[in-house]
Amino acid sequence: MAKTAESGPVGRSIPRLEGQAKVSGRAEYVHNLRLPGMLYGKIARSTVAHGRIRGIDVTAALAVPGVHRVVTGQDIRAIIPHPYYGPAFHDQPILALDKVRYAGEPVAVVLASDPHVAEEAAGRIVVDYEELPAVFDEVEAVTSKAIVHEVLKPAGTFPDLKHLQGRKDTNVALDFHLRRGDVERAFREAAHVFEHTFHSQQVLHVPLEPFVSVAEPGEPALTIHTASQSPSFVRIEVARLLGRPENRVQVKVPYLGGGFGAKLYIKLEALVAALALLTRRPVKIALTMEEQFYTLTRHGATLRIKSAVSRDGRITGRRCDIWWNGGAYADIGPRITQKSGFTAAGPYDIENVHIDSFALYTNLPPAGALRGFGIPQLVWAYEGHTDMIAREMKIDPVEFRRRNILREGRAQATGTLMRDAAIDKVLERVAARMDWGKPFDRGSGTVRRGRGIAIGFKAVISPTTSVAIVNLYADGSCSLYSSTVDMGQGSDTAMAQIVAEVLGVPIESITVVHPDTDVTPYDMATLGSRSMYHMGNAVKLAAEDTRDKLLALARELGLAAETTPIPDIFRKKYGMQAGNIVGTGSFVPSYQSPDHETGLTENATPFWMVGATGVEVEVDTETGQVKITRLVNVADVGRPVNPAIVDTQLSGAAIMQMGFTLFEKMEFQAGQCTNASLAGYKIPGMLDLPPAITNEAVDAVQITGPFGAKGVGETGTFGVSPAVANAIDDAVGVRLTSLPLTAEAVYRALRAKQGKPLREE
Amino acid sequence: MTRTIKFTLNGEAVSAEVPPHWNLVELLQNRFSLNGARESCGEGLCGCCTVLVNGAAVSGCLYLAAFVDGAEVSTIEQSAPGAGLDAVQEAFIARGAFQCGFCTPGFVLMARQLLDEKPDPTEDEIRHYLSGNLCRCAAYPEIIEAVKLAARMRQDRKSTADRRR
Repeated sequence: MAKTAESGPVGRSIPRLEGQAKVSGRAEYVHNLRLPGMLYGKIARSTVAHGRIRGIDVTAALAVPGVHRVVTGQDIRAIIPHPYYGPAFHDQPILALDKVRYAGEPVAVVLASDPHVAEEAAGRIVVDYEELPAVFDEVEAVTSKAIVHEVLKPAGTFPDLKHLQGRKDTNVALDFHLRRGDVERAFREAAHVFEHTFHSQQVLHVPLEPFVSVAEPGEPALTIHTASQSPSFVRIEVARLLGRPENRVQVKVPYLGGGFGAKLYIKLEALVAALALLTRRPVKIALTMEEQFYTLTRHGATLRIKSAVSRDGRITGRRCDIWWNGGAYADIGPRITQKSGFTAAGPYDIENVHIDSFALYTNLPPAGALRGFGIPQLVWAYEGHTDMIAREMKIDPVEFRRRNILREGRAQATGTLMRDAAIDKVLERVAARMDWGKPFDRGSGTVRRGRGIAIGFKAVISPTTSVAIVNLYADGSCSLYSSTVDMGQGSDTAMAQIVAEVLGVPIESITVVHPDTDVTPYDMATLGSRSMYHMGNAVKLAAEDTRDKLLALARELGLAAETTPIPDIFRKKYGMQAGNIVGTGSFVPSYQSPDHETGLTENATPFWMVGATGVEVEVDTETGQVKITRLVNVADVGRPVNPAIVDTQLSGAAIMQMGFTLFEKMEFQAGQCTNASLAGYKIPGMLDLPPAITNEAVDAVQITGPFGAKGVGETGTFGVSPAVANAIDDAVGVRLTSLPLTAEAVYRALRAKQGKPLREE
Repeated sequence: MTRTIKFTLNGEAVSAEVPPHWNLVELLQNRFSLNGARESCGEGLCGCCTVLVNGAAVSGCLYLAAFVDGAEVSTIEQSAPGAGLDAVQEAFIARGAFQCGFCTPGFVLMARQLLDEKPDPTEDEIRHYLSGNLCRCAAYPEIIEAVKLAARMRQDRKSTADRRR
C-alpha cells in the first residue's frame, strides 16, 4: 500500500476526472436543474441609478394569466426582519427597500410555473421613483454630496472595519493605509521623481453559465442548489438571515459553468430561499446573460503612483493612492482594497512606502472579486509606471527591474519577509523566453513591432480555513469530501491526486463528493487561488489520518500493515465487506493582521504568487489596431500537482486578461449599462488568440504547500495589461494609461504625438 | 396553446407538444431532459446551444422548436455507433480541451462538422471554423490541439477500416 512519492500521481498530468461527463454534455450544472412543482422567478429591476421608491404598482403584473405571486422587499421583510447581507457590510437588501442605488437593482420578483409568463409580468411592474443625485466616479465619490448609503453597516466579519460602524455622510467603505519609512524625505532627496496616474475600467466576469440558484423548502433543512464558489458561506449567511442554526440550511453545488470570482458570497441564494419559504415550493431564478451585467462586476479604479529614484536606477520611495469603484454595494470590495493594498508598490525592494487605498461606494452595479482580486489593476499601474521610469532614464526595462526586485529573505512593504517567492527566477525566465537579449526589429513601414514585459505578485488572502474528510470503504475504494468547488480549474482532479499519492491507491478508485454542506465540511471558499494550498493541505492531512488509522488497525489485527491489501484488513475486522475508516484534516495557516495605522505585519500571507508576462505586438499606425503576435506567461506556482492543468490555468487567465486589456469595457449612460450583451461586450474568441502562446512554471517549491504546491488560478492575469501597453510604447512611442487599449485609443495617442490630435469625444 | 410536432431525435422517432414561442433548447431540456445544449448568451453568439438539425449545426437559442417538425435532430448526447465516445471526444479528453465544460458540447459538435467537411484542416481553418464558439475559460489553445489530434485519429481509424475491407 505504501508507495514512494515518485510513483504516485502528484506531479503528473493526469487527465481530468470529469472528462467523459463534460465532453458528452452530461455534467451537472444548476442551470439544468428542474424540480417538481418548481416556480421560476423573474426579477423586475430599477431603471434609475439612485432614487427613493415612492410606490411599486404590481396590478398589471398580477393580471397576466399564470402568475403565481409577485414579491417585493416588504414581503421579504415579513419573514426576514433584517434582510441585508454581504461579506463585509450587511448593506445589500434581498430586494430593494425604500431606495434603489444602481440601475438594474432587483426591486421585485414575479413567480410563475412558466418562466415566459414570469418575464412578461415582470415587464409590467411599474415603479415610481423620486430620483436622487447620483455619483459614478470613484474619485468624485470621496467628496460628492450624493451619498449612496445613509449609514455604514459593517458586518463584523473583518476587525478592520469596526471603526466604520455607524458612520454617516460618506461613500468611503474602507480606507487602508501602509506607512513604511519616510516617503516625503525620499522624494526630497531623490535624483528623480516620477508621478503617473492610471485608470482601469469596469469589466465583467461573463461566466457562460449565468448566475442561477434553486431553493427547496424541506424539513429539517431548507436546501439551496446554487452555482456558487462559496457553499459554506452561503449556508452560514442564509442561516443567519433566517435565524436558523447552520444545520437547518443545506447548500449543494455541482459543477459550475465558470465562476472567476463572480459566484461568491450571496448573489441569488437569499432571494430564492425567501421565495421558497413564502411559497412553500421550489423556486428557481436563472439570470440571463444581460442580467449578469446588473449583478456583479470588477472594480474600475484610479491609481496614482509616485516614485523616488536614485541616479543609478534604484527606487528609494514609492507612494500609491488608489480609489476603487465599488459600485452600490460593498460585496467583497473592502477586502480587495485592503489585501491588494499590501502589494500596491509592486514586487520591489523599497525602503520608504506610503499607500492609501480607498473603497468607494458609487451608483453603479456592485463590484466584487474577479480573477486577480485587485492585483491586475495594481500591476497595470505599477508596471506601466516602472517601465516609463526605465525608458525615461534610458535603462533597459528588464535591467531596471533586476536592480529593484525583492529577493528571498528581504522585507516587502508590509514588513513581511519574502519566502518561497521566485521573483528573480520568474523575471529571468520571462526575459529568456522573450529572447530579450537579442536585437528586435521594430520595422519601418506602417506596421510597427514592439515588445514589453511586466511582473506582478500577490499575497494570498489570509487567514482562511479548510477542512476535508477522506472516507475509505471496505473494498478499498474511497471518497474525498471537500467543499472546494470545481469550476473548471481542475480541483477535483488535483485533490484526488493528493489522496491517491498519500494512500498509495490508484486514482481511479477515488471519487470526489461535490459540495453538500450536510456532508462536506467547512471551506472558506474557492477563490483567490487559495484552494490548492489550503484545501490541498487539509486533504493531505485527511488522507494521512485515514492512512494512519488503516495502518494502526492492521497492526492491531496482527496483519503486516504495509503489504496487506485493504479489503483483507476490513474483512478481518468486520468479518465481511463492511465498515469505514474516516480521516479528517483541517488547515488554517498562521497570519498576523496588519496594524490599522501602518499596515505593517510580519506575517501578511502564507504564500506569494508571482507571475510575469511578455508580449510582442504589431501596431498598425494607420488604424491603431494592436495585434499580439506572441504571448509568454511565466509563473512561480511551487511544484505543480498537475502540470497540464497548471499550463491551462496560466494561458486561460492570460487570455481572459487579454480581453480586459484590448476590448472589454462596460459602457454607461446616467448609470445605465448600455452594452449588456455579448453583442455589445466582446470577450476573447478563437480569432483573438495570439499565434504563439508559451507557458512556463519556473522550477520552484512552496515548502509549506502540499507536495510543494501553491495556487495558480490568477497568476496569469497579473502582467498582461501593462506588458501590452509597454510593448505599444516600445513599438510606436505612445503611452496609454487607461484601459482598454482599443484601436481608437492607440490611434488618438498616435495623432496627438504627431501634433494632429483628433477632436475630443 | 401548443402544437404537436413529430421528428427524429438522436435516431429515435419522437413527438412533443410545444408552445409556439419555445426555442429548440427549451424543447430539448423541458420535454426530453437533454441538457447538453445550453442557452447562454441568448443571441446566437456563443455556440453553447449548438444542435444539429438535418445534419447542419444551428444555434438552438434562435431556432424555434416548432420548426423541427419533420426534421432529424441530433444533440451531443447521441453516442457514436456502437461505442461511448468518438474521436473528437477522446481527443478533447486527451488534450484537456475544456475547463468548466459549459461550452464543450458546442465545440465538439462543430469540430465534428468541420472534420466531416475537411478531414485535414490547417490551424487557420480550425480557428476560423470555431470562431463562432466562445470559451470564457479560454481553453482555445487546447481545443485547437484536440481538433488536430482528432483529425489524425479519424484518418488512422479510416485507414484501418479501409484496410480491413
